[in-house]
Amino acid sequence: MRRLVVVGGGLAGLMAALKAAEAGVAVDLLALGPCKRSHSAAAQGGINAALDTLGEGDSPERHFDDTIYGGDFLADQTPVRRMCEAAPAIIHLFDRMGVPFNRTPEGLIALRRLGGTRFHRVAFVGATTGQQLLYAADEQVRRFEVAGLVKRYEGWEFLSAILDGSGRCRGVVAQELKSMEIRAFPAGAVVIATGGPGLIFGRTTNSEHNNGFAAAALHRQGVKYANGEFIQVHPTAIPGADKHRLISESARGEGGRVWTLRDGKPWYFLEEWYPAYGNLVPRDIATRAIFKVCVEMGLGVDGENAVYLDMSHMDPAEVRRRLEGILEIYQVFTGRDPCRVPMKIFPAVHYSMGGLWVDFDQMTNVPGLFAAGECEHQYHGANRLGGNGMLSAIFGGMVAGEAAVRLINAGEAGPVPSSLLEAEARREEEKVQALMRLDGPENPYRLHEELGEWMNDNVTVVRYNHQLKRTLEKIAELKDRFSRVGLHDTGLWSNQALSFTRQLGGMLDLAEVITVGALLRDESRGAHYKPEFPERDDANWLKTTIATYHPDGPRVTYEPVDLQFIKPRVRRYDTEEATRGG
Amino acid sequence: MAETVTLRVKRRSAPDSRACWEEFRVRVPPTANVVAALKEIRKTPVNAAGRPTPPVVWDCSCLEGVCGACAMLINGKARLACTALLKDLAQPVRLEPLSKFPVVRDLMVDRTALFEGLKRAKAWIELDGTHDLGPGPRVQQSLQAWTYELSRCNSCGCCMEACPQVNGRSAFIGPAPLAQITRFNAHPLGESLRAERLEAARGPGGVHECGKAQNCEKVCPKRLPLVWAIAELNRQAVAYSIRQWLSR
Repeated sequence: MRRLVVVGGGLAGLMAALKAAEAGVAVDLLALGPCKRSHSAAAQGGINAALDTLGEGDSPERHFDDTIYGGDFLADQTPVRRMCEAAPAIIHLFDRMGVPFNRTPEGLIALRRLGGTRFHRVAFVGATTGQQLLYAADEQVRRFEVAGLVKRYEGWEFLSAILDGSGRCRGVVAQELKSMEIRAFPAGAVVIATGGPGLIFGRTTNSEHNNGFAAAALHRQGVKYANGEFIQVHPTAIPGADKHRLISESARGEGGRVWTLRDGKPWYFLEEWYPAYGNLVPRDIATRAIFKVCVEMGLGVDGENAVYLDMSHMDPAEVRRRLEGILEIYQVFTGRDPCRVPMKIFPAVHYSMGGLWVDFDQMTNVPGLFAAGECEHQYHGANRLGGNGMLSAIFGGMVAGEAAVRLINAGEAGPVPSSLLEAEARREEEKVQALMRLDGPENPYRLHEELGEWMNDNVTVVRYNHQLKRTLEKIAELKDRFSRVGLHDTGLWSNQALSFTRQLGGMLDLAEVITVGALLRDESRGAHYKPEFPERDDANWLKTTIATYHPDGPRVTYEPVDLQFIKPRVRRYDTEEATRGG
Repeated sequence: MAETVTLRVKRRSAPDSRACWEEFRVRVPPTANVVAALKEIRKTPVNAAGRPTPPVVWDCSCLEGVCGACAMLINGKARLACTALLKDLAQPVRLEPLSKFPVVRDLMVDRTALFEGLKRAKAWIELDGTHDLGPGPRVQQSLQAWTYELSRCNSCGCCMEACPQVNGRSAFIGPAPLAQITRFNAHPLGESLRAERLEAARGPGGVHECGKAQNCEKVCPKRLPLVWAIAELNRQAVAYSIRQWLSR
């Protein structure tokens, strides 16, 4: 069947759709809402590529090394290397699509720094780079939509994959969130690009769409989930009542400094502790430092859990030209101008390095089912570097789209039997009927709030085994209470409570995967930090966590990491020699 | 420290059902926005009279003013619910769906028209392909600066809501899609579709139907220079028409 189903309308999904449409394969593109509203729009700082237009001697090879090192050697090296090599051409592609990248006086693409590298490697559009890349990809897909090769189903939620007797993926079942219609979409291959599961942690920097449901549903269907315990907590966000709002790393990349008061004087602790990288240490390191200062040392600003991120010493006109998006966000939500007063920030959950396990062609362990973007596990190891998120989404989407086209063109699968489609759609109909009957006393939104608080308190920056065990007990309790949820909405039209409750079920599953993975991994690596096991332990733990679904809780196994290019070395950011292993 | 806020929400359970107002009282922190109040209702779906009611349906995603999903009428003004802080709003806070788009349910509307407008405007670059074709053209900082302003349009629909020319009796494409024509016509690679875009701009529902009320720019949450963009497009369309006429 010469048709590809893409689930997810962010950067990864749009790129997969583009690659397929270009190859003449028809695409059904399913997304929770208009693609322009996908979470890629919220990415701010920029996208990495070793363009080296400043003549610093940067190269894809250095980018590769920084990424592997930044990820504490947990990422498979082959795909990361390919991504770093492809990065310059990706920037050129988006430039040709019309993305208004900031420019040098000669009209070249301007570059700035982000964490975990000494090079200027980040192409950017003000501080709304993700928005601009997303719109460009969306525009190109719209072109193919007008040409009749792409059909958009915006406002549709993925429910399940259609698997045939041999275990091969033959399409998906989805529900329209307006009419609540359930429909089967047959396909020669499927690309899942549904983003991260951030909502599991309640208030995060993520969008409301990032519930991880598609990944959770697929996990239940037998798709492996890898490195779930690696959750990135971004060092700089504005705490909020409805969500925490990201203040991009690019604020520091452009010269912003992090400090707090000690003995009545400003203390630039990152610069003191990490002289070589200063404020541009990777996110896991900066987050732990801020935690140490606020929680352990009690030196948070005004006695709160907060430190200053200061841009008030910088030229306001230049700051506006390069960081306008974040200035606007800080000003709107706090009423203060970051050009005049230091911003008050604190770490917040931001990104999942783990996700659906995929091979180097982005295919999951289910033949015909691909995954790309934050929902998969492949590019960031134990910690993602700033500027690599959008790059991995775009690159992964392109690889997935091309690999899916190859599979479709090979044409082995043949037409999808209608009985298979009907059976899977019926199964999902029945699940919806069961959900609609829920009229117990528990409120799904309150359960979600409890889950978020527990996960945030116990499974983020600092992890203790006894707390992780208690969290697993809590998740079990929440799962039990989940069976007594009441929907408060029996409407068969735009029933958001139904959709959210379904998502919550998935969140509980993935919360368990994340927490079990964290409990088992008795070492510290990248974003995963246990004071009881403060060192990285390559002898026992340099391996990829693989969770497989089981009704009694995930079964965890491990797989070796592809280490064929760079030998693991100790990860430090205090001196350049230490970083380079010299 | 939570504070009690009163909201009046214009509700409609389906597109063809009658609209009615429902009042809610919720407790939220003093820094909260309209979205936080709506989220609070979901956790206790009970109205001000103490009666259980289905949770309010609305659209939102990024909650930081970027994605454009949560546009609605707040105290009569089209704006994003996430950037509307309750402390700045007169109470009771009146929430209504945008009126220029079909209502789906409660505060959720169907903004397909905006995306159809982008198709008519051919708001894209005619790319040769996504394979590696080397660097794009050099672009001067000045051009980058003003095209970036326009490319920040997030299709929220506030400008369409405020525009008197966008209504059931007109085919006017609206400010947001028109501004994208100006933007793409200025890009070195956008040139190849310039004539087609200008044909669209002077066709039915095109730029000539702008009534110059200038409401669009006033309500735009991203403060896009829409009035200038439409005026510039008008100039291009007139020049194009004259050239077409002279070359007949």
